[in-house]
Amino acid sequence: MAKSKPRIKLPAKAAKGEIIQIKTLISHKMESGQRKDKKTGEKIPRQIINKFVCTFKGKEVFSADWHGAISANPYMSFYTVATESGAYEFTWTDDDGSVYSKSAKIAVS
Amino acid sequence: MNTTKHSTKLNRREILFSLGAGSMALVTLTMLPGLARADKTAADAEIKKILGGKTAQDGRVTLDVPQIAENGNTVQLEVAVDSPMTEKDYVKAVHVFADGNPVPNVASFHFTPASGKAVAATRMRLAKTQNVIALAEMSDGSIYSTQAAVKVTIGGCGG
Amino acid sequence: MRRGILAAALGLGLSAVLAGPAMTEQSQWGPYQVGDVRSGYTYAAGETRDMQDDDFVNPAMLWVDSGAELWETVDGAAGKSCASCHGDAAESMAEAGTKFPVYFEPSGKMMNLEQRINFCRTENMKADAFKWEGQELLRLTTFVRNQSRGKPMNVKIDGPAAPFYAKGKEFYETRRGQLDMACSSCHVDNAGNMLRANLLSQGMSNGFPTYRLKWQGVGSLHRRFRGCNKQVRAQPYDYGSEEYVNLELYLADRARSLPVEAPAVRN
Repeated sequence: MAKSKPRIKLPAKAAKGEIIQIKTLISHKMESGQRKDKKTGEKIPRQIINKFVCTFKGKEVFSADWHGAISANPYMSFYTVATESGAYEFTWTDDDGSVYSKSAKIAVS
Repeated sequence: MNTTKHSTKLNRREILFSLGAGSMALVTLTMLPGLARADKTAADAEIKKILGGKTAQDGRVTLDVPQIAENGNTVQLEVAVDSPMTEKDYVKAVHVFADGNPVPNVASFHFTPASGKAVAATRMRLAKTQNVIALAEMSDGSIYSTQAAVKVTIGGCGG
Repeated sequence: MRRGILAAALGLGLSAVLAGPAMTEQSQWGPYQVGDVRSGYTYAAGETRDMQDDDFVNPAMLWVDSGAELWETVDGAAGKSCASCHGDAAESMAEAGTKFPVYFEPSGKMMNLEQRINFCRTENMKADAFKWEGQELLRLTTFVRNQSRGKPMNVKIDGPAAPFYAKGKEFYETRRGQLDMACSSCHVDNAGNMLRANLLSQGMSNGFPTYRLKWQGVGSLHRRFRGCNKQVRAQPYDYGSEEYVNLELYLADRARSLPVEAPAVRN
């Protein structure tokens, strides 16, 4: 699962003060903890990404707490004000402690 | 995904689809209001935690969800809160609940003045026809809320 | 199920009548309708179409991305990747998504895209074949088929393919299972009608591999065939079976001229 890279869309360039949209996708089964194993009848333990964070130059711009109701291969979109050139850092934290991350650059003029 | 787009996208075929679905499987679901509210107490308890004794006000929050979800596995959700998003006056968080899911918590979105606008979209699972509730916590401590009903069809023919 | 269709016919008699004029508004669906042939896109809910339309909202694009990595990954005793022989997939695979299954002379049978990929792996790369419906094969197939997105479906059904096409057509029209239904019972006779809460489409194959909301992931056309067969309580055939490859050929012809949509998003 960690092998699969997240997918991020944000504009390559923006004007200072412009509100930009960021779209993200990541491959994850988001096992809700509600399903039962068809063979054994036992509940399949929850394994989801429970936290998504976007930072810019060390400062949080947006974050989300996800629960078992978030669909598989989670999508998250949000907005931010472009202030200066740099890279947005994205992290997804799994119930098992794994952290998936990616960054995306923007040029602001 | 905003409300306007949603309504313009509802073309004649989709209206037919809604009529069709309504006249078929959905009738059985809507005839069982007790079932759709089975877990509502769990949702109420979670909402109380957020409110912390305050009363939620109506308005400012828009919840864009389909009236009829083609499949409960993947239901699109967008929340938008009317706010200037300045250092002095911004939306701190939006909490989303589904009152008919076994676990009512769906997601919490945390905004900052750097968000520019308090709009976020994701996709959620809805176990059955139910209400989706959004609570927005403002920087001044006030709370606004809204809710929308989503009919979930037992969709997806074939294995 | 038959009772379901009957009930649908009764419950939706009104809708069926009303649907008449809507069906003639052909321009409404742009490339997703060619003559009377309509992609499954035209039967999907607006929210589902929105998911397909944006490559950064469509979750199946995660499979395309990871397939692109596999394309470049060296594997097997020959020390080759797909790219070692085929270079840039955008050029070399531009038509691949439109023309499979193709007649394969050494076997004297039809070969679909998944089988072609595995043939390359075992014969040219000297690597193990990918498992049917395993994530690797789905990723690579989705990536390859995506290179033809927007191009019209254009399978060859004459010459050596003709007898296989005839077999595929026969499969499509043969009633099977405890419910005694043929593919055509739903997708020709009842396309546009409701089967309980589901709107029946014409069953076009131009969007596969497809992300199904029901599956919460990408699956192959043969997985869909198996699901349909089980739904009518018939014994499904194996992934990659001759029966399904011939059926795939017949379906590819039914979808002729519709654009390749892979990866589509459907209910």
